[in-house]
Amino acid sequence: MSDTKDIRIITRPTKEQIEQAKIDFAPRCTSAGRVNDKETQKTVEFILNFARKHSLFLLAYGTGCGAIEIPATLTSRYDAERLGIRGAATPRQADVLMITGYLSVKTLKRVIRVYEQMQDPKYVVAFGSCTINGGMYFDSYNTIKALDRYIPVDVYIAGCMPRPEAVLKGFAKLQEMIQNGNAGNGECYRKNLDWYRANQRKVIKNWDFPDEYNW
Amino acid sequence: MEKIGIQLTGIIITTILAFTVGMFYGGLRRKIIARAQNRIGPPVWQNFLDLLKLQGKTTNITHGVMTHLAPVWVVVAAVTALLFIPVLHAGLWFDNFNFKGDLIFLLYIMVFGSLGMALGAGETGNPNSAIGVSRGLSLLVGYEIPFVLSLVAVMLQFHTTSLTDLMHYQQETGRWILLENPFAFLAALFSALGMFHYSPFDIIGAPAELASGPMSEFGGKYLGTLMTGGSIFAFVKLVLLTDIFLGGAGHPGTLTGIWAVLAGLGELIVKTFLLYMIPVSIGIVMPRFRTEQAVRFFWKWPLAFGILAIIWALYKRKYFS
Repeated sequence: MSDTKDIRIITRPTKEQIEQAKIDFAPRCTSAGRVNDKETQKTVEFILNFARKHSLFLLAYGTGCGAIEIPATLTSRYDAERLGIRGAATPRQADVLMITGYLSVKTLKRVIRVYEQMQDPKYVVAFGSCTINGGMYFDSYNTIKALDRYIPVDVYIAGCMPRPEAVLKGFAKLQEMIQNGNAGNGECYRKNLDWYRANQRKVIKNWDFPDEYNW
Repeated sequence: MEKIGIQLTGIIITTILAFTVGMFYGGLRRKIIARAQNRIGPPVWQNFLDLLKLQGKTTNITHGVMTHLAPVWVVVAAVTALLFIPVLHAGLWFDNFNFKGDLIFLLYIMVFGSLGMALGAGETGNPNSAIGVSRGLSLLVGYEIPFVLSLVAVMLQFHTTSLTDLMHYQQETGRWILLENPFAFLAALFSALGMFHYSPFDIIGAPAELASGPMSEFGGKYLGTLMTGGSIFAFVKLVLLTDIFLGGAGHPGTLTGIWAVLAGLGELIVKTFLLYMIPVSIGIVMPRFRTEQAVRFFWKWPLAFGILAIIWALYKRKYFS
């Protein structure tokens, strides 16, 4: 810890100051860069955001037990299609990548490839506590614990497992973020690719991603 | 020069009409399916929002020239077919480009879009696309034969290859070809089920099986363009069937001017909507066929109806100039 960049000073309630290793937070991109400053562009962006918000093509990546809640959300009882949410068949056509449950290192590789194949603006919804802190797999040797260290996440839906109402609430939050222009981190991912790649390489042992490919 | 101006205006207005009606029909279909499944369903204008969103995507992936061309090709084929189909009876709407023998031309141009899509899907290299294309061509072989037989029966019976002549005959006599040659209508209707690619013939773009088949690599603006082409083409197919078998639309009666056109459009909407409900309502209740089941289906009943239609036409043929 000789490098001062990796040290942060924390003030305790007793006014005592201690040094601690800095937490490597996921990079955040402000929404300032996303919307063009011109007034006409703002209007166009407003209309497009309205359309984006009401038309979410969902690619549900059913990795864990949470996948069972997605059919319930999309079919007759909770009917997500009335909000414009419908299933997409392939990553190319999808807007929302939904990770339902834990990710083992092996599936993480596929998730990253799927995320990179999606077209901007793309959103990630992490579903269940497994994607937030590992959930009941917190001490597992081959699952990842926090998803946002590997791909940027827009909305977390907490719970083990969240019911369809919670999923719809999560989508409502995502729609609000889209309307405000705060969602969609594809640009941010590309900008901070080194940080994400470093994290991905740490867990993925047999790394066989192509060095360069167009998105 | 003035004629060209009128024709250009006609092309643009006809295309906009076809696009709007086709998109609304797509939305209505989603709504109707949702109601049948006891859901509320998306609003009818949902397809417009989807299209706007797809066109608003900021990145797009391409795999080569044919990937660029395929969606454009689909739209061009749909618009070209639209331009040779009279939307309303003569004198009420723009004449577009119909000429003597346009039925034969339409038989060719209607598969043009599928072939362009097949080339584009082939270039993406996705295995799902390749399977989808092979299924699509098998299905094409299935439904084209009864469709051609049905149209040939109509051509034989009325001794003309012109859509305008057929519409004129139906308007003059007031007798629809639906009643003059019911077997031809049945064969064409069965082929229309295959042409719409709705369930049970949705084997090409089966989402759970093939990941939407030929379209699997087309995202963003490409998908939006494909959606536009599909909507226009749905309108084309419906108007073609209405023109040939249901007497076309627009019997002015005592109405004149803009009111006659509006009444004609209303008649067209009613007729095409009723026709459209046939594949949609069959699609709601039927599960998906396998490829060989679908082809076998088309080579059984629709083909039999097509041959019956030809025999019927030979007995009932009419000659008129």
